[in-house]
Amino acid sequence: MYTFVIQVDRKPGLSDPEGATTARALHDLGFTGVEHVSFGRTITIDIDAENSHDALATVESMCAKLLANPVIEHYTIDATS
Amino acid sequence: MTTAVIVFPGTNCEQDTEYALNMVGLDAELVWHRDTDLSGADSVVLPGGFAHGDYLRTGAIARFSPIMKEVERLAATDVPVLGICNGFQVLCEAGILGGALVANQDLKFICKPVTVRVASTDSVLTAAATVGQVLRIPLNSYEGNYITQDSPLQNGDDHVILRYCDTDGSLTAAANPNGSAHAIAGIANSRGNVAGLMPHPERAIESILGSADGRVLFESFAASVSAVKA
Repeated sequence: MYTFVIQVDRKPGLSDPEGATTARALHDLGFTGVEHVSFGRTITIDIDAENSHDALATVESMCAKLLANPVIEHYTIDATS
Repeated sequence: MTTAVIVFPGTNCEQDTEYALNMVGLDAELVWHRDTDLSGADSVVLPGGFAHGDYLRTGAIARFSPIMKEVERLAATDVPVLGICNGFQVLCEAGILGGALVANQDLKFICKPVTVRVASTDSVLTAAATVGQVLRIPLNSYEGNYITQDSPLQNGDDHVILRYCDTDGSLTAAANPNGSAHAIAGIANSRGNVAGLMPHPERAIESILGSADGRVLFESFAASVSAVKA
């Protein structure tokens, strides 16, 4: 079994209301050095495959099809095993 | 031939939508998302709700429901296809319409009447309206903030059909309830047969509901269905 951690983030420059609101709240709390906050999503997938190459290719396909929306998001994939 | 109203698990506006479609003379039929055949439909509506719980991203799972292959097939022809609120989000996730809908700018669920201005009559949703016409229609969404990477739309050939405006039709920042790019409330594809909007016109079809302004949009849709048949 192979485990992958996928990080999905909003593409830079696109509206991120959660990040912007959190940045304002941090400023209000006195964390004045905060320049930018963005929210993403971490998805962990355990997958059975013949080898790590096949497993990674399958996870790539999952990201392209479903796990990220290419219109507004990009992603990175880390193998943890 | 019927107007297929697609029902996903979590869809909750299908009966209001069915009522509105029947009111303008169409023969609406509820179709479960696991069905795979729309050969009896001359038009399709994806109603509002929270399909598949809005998990992952709103519309992301619904876009792969079995019925969506048929919706995509029909959208590529001249068949009128309409997405309302969650249905609009599904059409965007499916890439049938451009852009995406994300959390409202103020991170609040918005449930109130808003005013929108008709930007183009070149769509199945606005064909019977007039450019500049101001409509009062309820908005009911958390992820109604339309964003797009390019200006003004992701698919260069999509076009804006409805914009949020104030009651006299002016585009002001205050009249944009959710922060949508270019105050976009609704768009259509280049051929105009596929349209999507965030407000709920089915909730504004009789004066007893507080507004009948949504009716012209359903009349447009019905006229467009007749025009394709003719």
